[in-house]
Amino acid sequence: MSVAVATPQAAEPVFHVVDEHAHPEGASTMLGFWIYLMSDCLIFAILFATYGVLGGNYAAGPAPKDLFDLKLVALNTAMLLMSSITYGFAMLTMEKRQVGATQMWLAITGLFGLAFLGIELYEFHHMIHEGATPQRSAFLSSFFTLVGTHGLHVTFGIIWLVTLMTQVARSGLIEANRRRLMCLSMFWHFLDVVWIGVFTFVYLLGTLR
Amino acid sequence: MSINSAPVDAHGHDHGQEAHEAAHAHGTLKSYLIGFGLSVVLTAIPFWLVMGDVLGNKQATGLVIMAFAAVQIVVHMIYFLHMTTSAEQGWTMMALIFTIVMVVIALAGSLWVMHHLTTNMMPAHDMIRR
Repeated sequence: MSVAVATPQAAEPVFHVVDEHAHPEGASTMLGFWIYLMSDCLIFAILFATYGVLGGNYAAGPAPKDLFDLKLVALNTAMLLMSSITYGFAMLTMEKRQVGATQMWLAITGLFGLAFLGIELYEFHHMIHEGATPQRSAFLSSFFTLVGTHGLHVTFGIIWLVTLMTQVARSGLIEANRRRLMCLSMFWHFLDVVWIGVFTFVYLLGTLR
Repeated sequence: MSINSAPVDAHGHDHGQEAHEAAHAHGTLKSYLIGFGLSVVLTAIPFWLVMGDVLGNKQATGLVIMAFAAVQIVVHMIYFLHMTTSAEQGWTMMALIFTIVMVVIALAGSLWVMHHLTTNMMPAHDMIRR
């Protein structure tokens, strides 16, 4: 034993093991996904900047005051906020390994997400019906690009949610599925953060203008 | 010796990592409810200020609702996204700070430059704007 420690060749593998400890599979997924979210954040920042630059050019068309229904936006915001807390409950039940409860909270989150999308599509439909199409003015082009991109993110979030519910139904709350659910959790809450910017800068400040 | 100790080390580390991740990645029922309560209040007040025209001053209302948005974003970051300075050895915070710097440059720069372009190069813009 003492010989093995004294010779450098025998001691080396021991140091190697201590320094390079084994990383569990997916240990860096969370950091990687966070960095993806930050890149998404930059996309939204550019779209916000575009809206900030173009949002005041109505080309003699309708202005935010004529178009936005703040009661509808408040309802929409409530839907997204509710989906955030229900996703939080899904994470808490996931931690306790309660498959049924997790699936139920995920389903409720998906329904709130669908309600949000439904209200948004109704709003878009209503605006386009009134002639406020993306082609009408620079304000409307940037509005539909920004809010539409957020809506697309929510759409993909719902597709992802349904996919994960299927995965959980098939193989339960295994390590890989828990990791996936944690990624979607970050994605979902991040979309809520972006929506804070949307309802403040687009809807509330637009109505004030 | 190394062959024997490696799996033990990895195993012990595995559990430590899992417990560590669970501690900061999920939050508790209490923290979710606090975050939800705060965000409801922080959303309701700006909507109330704008819809009810409470302050009667557009500029003041605008500044107040922007301040509320900033606070709410921080609340979401802490209570829903579980941002801490220690998560992932601080790398998530590094990425966040870098992104915020980039976002501020992109937003402030675009608005500033384009505002000057419009005011200096489009004298007829008052006719286009309503």
